[in-house]
Amino acid sequence: MSTLKLEIFTPEAVAYRDDVEMVLIPAELGDMGVYPMHVPVMTRINPGELVVTKGGETVHLAIGEGFAEITQTNVRVLVDMAIEERFIDEKAVEEAIERAQKDIREALLGNQEVASAQIALMKGMAQLKVRRRSYSPGPAQV
Amino acid sequence: MAANTRDIRRRIKSVKNTAQITKAMQMVAASKMRKAQNAATASRPYAQELSRLLMPFTNYVIEDESQAHPLMQNREGGRDLVIVVSTDKGLCGALNTNLLRELTHFDPVTTEFVCVGRKGLQFLARGKRDVIAEFSLKDNFSFFDAQIVAKFCLDRFLSGQVNRITAVYSDFINTLTQVPTRKQLVPLRSLDVGNAELGMVDGPSDTVVKVEVPEYILEPNQTDFLNSLLPHFVFYKIFHLILESRASEHSARMVAMKSATDNAKQIIKDLTLEYNKIRQASITTEILEIATAQMVLS
Repeated sequence: MSTLKLEIFTPEAVAYRDDVEMVLIPAELGDMGVYPMHVPVMTRINPGELVVTKGGETVHLAIGEGFAEITQTNVRVLVDMAIEERFIDEKAVEEAIERAQKDIREALLGNQEVASAQIALMKGMAQLKVRRRSYSPGPAQV
Repeated sequence: MAANTRDIRRRIKSVKNTAQITKAMQMVAASKMRKAQNAATASRPYAQELSRLLMPFTNYVIEDESQAHPLMQNREGGRDLVIVVSTDKGLCGALNTNLLRELTHFDPVTTEFVCVGRKGLQFLARGKRDVIAEFSLKDNFSFFDAQIVAKFCLDRFLSGQVNRITAVYSDFINTLTQVPTRKQLVPLRSLDVGNAELGMVDGPSDTVVKVEVPEYILEPNQTDFLNSLLPHFVFYKIFHLILESRASEHSARMVAMKSATDNAKQIIKDLTLEYNKIRQASITTEILEIATAQMVLS
C-alpha cells in the first residue's frame, strides 16, 4: 500500500515525521482528507485538529496557523504549534485561554499584543477541541 | 624589597578578582549559550521548509514586473534599508567589530538603518549615519517582538520609501565560529532565496523535482495565499536571524570570557613565581647577613 510522507514543522521542532496512509488537514476552505497521489496543492491552514491515520490507528494533533504543501508523495505542514493529543495539558490550556481572554477584554494593550492574545486564544481553543473530542461527541464548540 | 613583594601581592589579588568575575561571566554566557543555540538550531528546519515552500514562486519568471506581488517587485535604484542585528553589550570578542565592518559596503547617502541591539546603534551614531529606528529585544524575545521590527521595515518597503531590505547579522555556525552575514530579504525575487540552506536538507534530487513542478493549486486563491505566505516568510526570516545572532553573541562571549579567565590564571602563575623568587632572594640575603655577622663576632 502506498503511503504519504508527512512532516510537520514548528518553529521549535520537527513535530511529526512519518509515513502515513491518510491525513486530515484543517485547511482554510474546509477540512481536507489527503491520500497518496493527491493533486499538488498549497493551502493556508486554520488552527484546529489534524488527524493522521497510520496502520489502522489514528493520531490527533492540535495545530496552529500556518501553511501546507501537498504533493503526490509528500505532505509538509508548517504551523506555529503542533501538539499531540496525549501531550495536551488541559489545565494549563484553560489558564492560557483565560489569560488571553482577559488581555483582550481589558484591551489596554497595543494592537500587536491584542493580536498575539487572539492567536494564543485560538491555539488554546484548538487544543481543547482535540483534547475533549473523546469526551463530547458531536461538533465541538469553538 | 618589602615594598616590592607587597606590590606583587596586591597585583595577584586584583588579577584573582578579575579572574573570578570573568569566570562567573563565562558561566552565565555558557548557560545562555546553550539555550540560544538550541533555539537557533531547532528553528532551522522550519526556516528551510519555509524557503522551500517559496521556491516555486521566486524561481518563476514573471514577464510583467507590475503584475508581480508587491514583495516580489524589483525596483531599480532608490534607497536601501539595512537591519543591523548586533549585541546590546560588549565583552564578546571581535563579534561586533567583524559585523559592523560589513556596513561599509553600503552607501551612507542612500542607506537608512534599523538597529536591533545597542552596539550597532552606537557605531552608526558615531559615523553620523541615517538611523531611523532602534529596537531592543529581551533575551527571551518572542516571534511577536521580532514581528514588530519586521512590520516596521516592510511598511517602509511597501510605501515605496525604500526599494530593498537587507539584514546584517552574525550567522551562528558553531561555538567557535560566527560569520558576519549580509542577506537581502526584500524583494523576494532573487533566485537564491534559500538555495544555500536547501543544500542542507534531505538531498538535492528532491529539491530539483520540486522546482520543476510549480503547478500547484493554491487555496484559497493565489493572491490571498501569497499575501499571507510572503509577509510571514519575511517575519519569520527576521525572527530566525535574530535567533542566530543571539546564539552567536552568547557563544562569542563565552569563548571571550574563557580566554580572559585563562589569561588571568597565567598571569597569576607568573606573578606568584616572581613573588616566590623575590621572597627566596630576601631570605637568602638575610641568612647571608646573619652568617657574616656571626663570623665577624667570633
